[in-house]
Amino acid sequence: MNRIITSLLIFLSLTSAVLSADSWIESMDIDVNGFLDIRSGFRTQNDSNEKDASLGEARIQISLERNWDIITIQLRSDFLYDHIPDDHSSDLEEGSGVVDLREANLQAVPADFMDIKIGRQILTWGTGDMLFINDLFPKDWQSFFSGRDDEYLKAPSDAVFTSFFPELANIDIVYTPRFNPDRGITGERLSYWNPMLGSLAGQNAIADPDKPDDWFNDHEVAGRVSKTIAGYDLAAYAYDGYWKNPKGMNPATTNAIFPGLSVYGASIDGNLGKGLFNIETGYYKSKDDSKGSDPFIPNDEIRLLLGYEMELLRDLSVAVQYYVEHLQGYSNYTVNLPVGMNARDEDRQLATIRLTKMAMSQNLTLSLFAYYSPTDKDGYIRPVIKFKQSDNLQLTAGANIFIGKEDHTFFGQFENNSNIYAGIRRSF
Amino acid sequence: MKTTIVTVILAIVSITAWAAEPSADEIISKANDASYYAGKDGRADVKMTIKDKGDNERVREFTILRLDVGKNDQKFYVYFTAPADVRKMAFLVWKNVGKDDDRWLWIPALNKKKRIAPGDKRTSFVGSDFLYEDVSGRSINDDIHELLETTDKEYKIKNTPKAPDTVEFTHYNVWIDKETFLPRKAEYYNKNGKVYRTVEATKTKTIQGYPTVLESIVKDLESGSSTINVFTNIKYDIGLKERIFTERFLRRPPREVR
Repeated sequence: MNRIITSLLIFLSLTSAVLSADSWIESMDIDVNGFLDIRSGFRTQNDSNEKDASLGEARIQISLERNWDIITIQLRSDFLYDHIPDDHSSDLEEGSGVVDLREANLQAVPADFMDIKIGRQILTWGTGDMLFINDLFPKDWQSFFSGRDDEYLKAPSDAVFTSFFPELANIDIVYTPRFNPDRGITGERLSYWNPMLGSLAGQNAIADPDKPDDWFNDHEVAGRVSKTIAGYDLAAYAYDGYWKNPKGMNPATTNAIFPGLSVYGASIDGNLGKGLFNIETGYYKSKDDSKGSDPFIPNDEIRLLLGYEMELLRDLSVAVQYYVEHLQGYSNYTVNLPVGMNARDEDRQLATIRLTKMAMSQNLTLSLFAYYSPTDKDGYIRPVIKFKQSDNLQLTAGANIFIGKEDHTFFGQFENNSNIYAGIRRSF
Repeated sequence: MKTTIVTVILAIVSITAWAAEPSADEIISKANDASYYAGKDGRADVKMTIKDKGDNERVREFTILRLDVGKNDQKFYVYFTAPADVRKMAFLVWKNVGKDDDRWLWIPALNKKKRIAPGDKRTSFVGSDFLYEDVSGRSINDDIHELLETTDKEYKIKNTPKAPDTVEFTHYNVWIDKETFLPRKAEYYNKNGKVYRTVEATKTKTIQGYPTVLESIVKDLESGSSTINVFTNIKYDIGLKERIFTERFLRRPPREVR
């Protein structure tokens, strides 16, 4: 209770500070905006490894921007009180604690054919809807699964983003001097399948993987060449870095590790018939196990995504995707799999559907996004209702429902985390 | 000799009569040019006020850039500044006459370019009573046009859709100014033969030689809601480059909209 009062006081003082600073900031020609977002959620079943509450937080986001002719400086940060974790220590990189710095960057146009953005930024590319092949920028699955706004699925990168615009095509190069992994499931907020324990685990076994964290050595490079031809967006991608989740294990320490990874891919999207199609593919080269014989390092994979979206009726749209992860060297994989470990399918398949219905002059949005894997026999359903009470006040309610036959599959492991949540957001 | 004179006179009379009475298709074509093709390019700040049947008011503010490319195609860049939840969003349209438009939305919080399905053009534009088709223009080939009436100041034209199943109206009448060719008013009829929707240009002014709408209002007579558009800072022929209408300038909004 005390913590709630303290954090409320912090919010009030921050808000008044922002408001009183407003006229001063405006005189400096700085663009200020933000929101206050309060939300709460509960598990719909017991989870012996976690609290009943799945979400309980109040956050204020403040965004400042100053534009000069060829330079823009942007600062966007969340200040939050988060009731769920027991550990309240701050870590800017993991976004834990009181401050979640979303963006802090400088954008410049050093030449007519070139843009550059340096600092903390949110990065996105690729054509998938909640599925990512060539977008290897960090994701925050913890936020996604527990009912925060969709924008929090993207975790910030600390990077240099350089774009070149020759006549032929656009070229983007992202250099991340120190590896930015996904903000994955550690057991702190959400329970997960722990293969070492051979059971579901949560706060009893908080994962602490060994992260490559040497500046300018454990780095990532991502590139894209893109062009719009006759209304179709075409792109080729390359990535060199690490698996974004700790998919490997160090057999000596039994710690989870992030093995090396390179990805080469391509995508196309555009209008087709009455709707929109997208195709994206990528070859995942697991650098530390080229033969696929090391059971503690993931094998290479070929990933493919096909999608189609259309308006079914006025204000009702539907989007479907089919996605497959094909494991290379499957026979090596099964031969070398340690006894007691669960084998995955050679082709892990996923289908998704998104239904979006708008009503009341687009002030009410009903949406449903569902994943289903016929190979893992698991799924994940995300219904959300959003209502804009006014231009500045939005109410949200939703659920995250995990289903699965087995405890060790991707969505199945989260079954005990199924939750419902509600939130309110006031923008300023 | 006499017959020659008579012939000439007849010819002149018929020419003037023809000139005084352009065909419905010609009027609509000129009106389309006046409404959507003034200058090679243009910009405007738009304040859209949406009022529902009660007293609830919602406001959308954005800057719109337009560039004509090729014969009839156009590119639009719409940059939102209000309300807070859509601030800094940008909407890019490549209008392709005769086929579906290419449309993209820039979502700043995700730094993401999202393509929008071509879809129904007769859906609301950002929750207002204006429709996408009102903003980018309904193709003049989608309707059959009939000149119903000519007054001192206006032409009244009836427009009947060639594909009635794709729209919610049976026909609409539009009043076009004889001098400027700007549409002054349009009334849309539903299946019961009643006017259910009106669009009206309430303020116009000539800017850089182009007759321009400064204020327009659309009323939905069924729901009781209305939307007023107020245009300011209108400029034509500002020399917009085609490269502004690309992903680069979604990531980094051009100075023309800031």
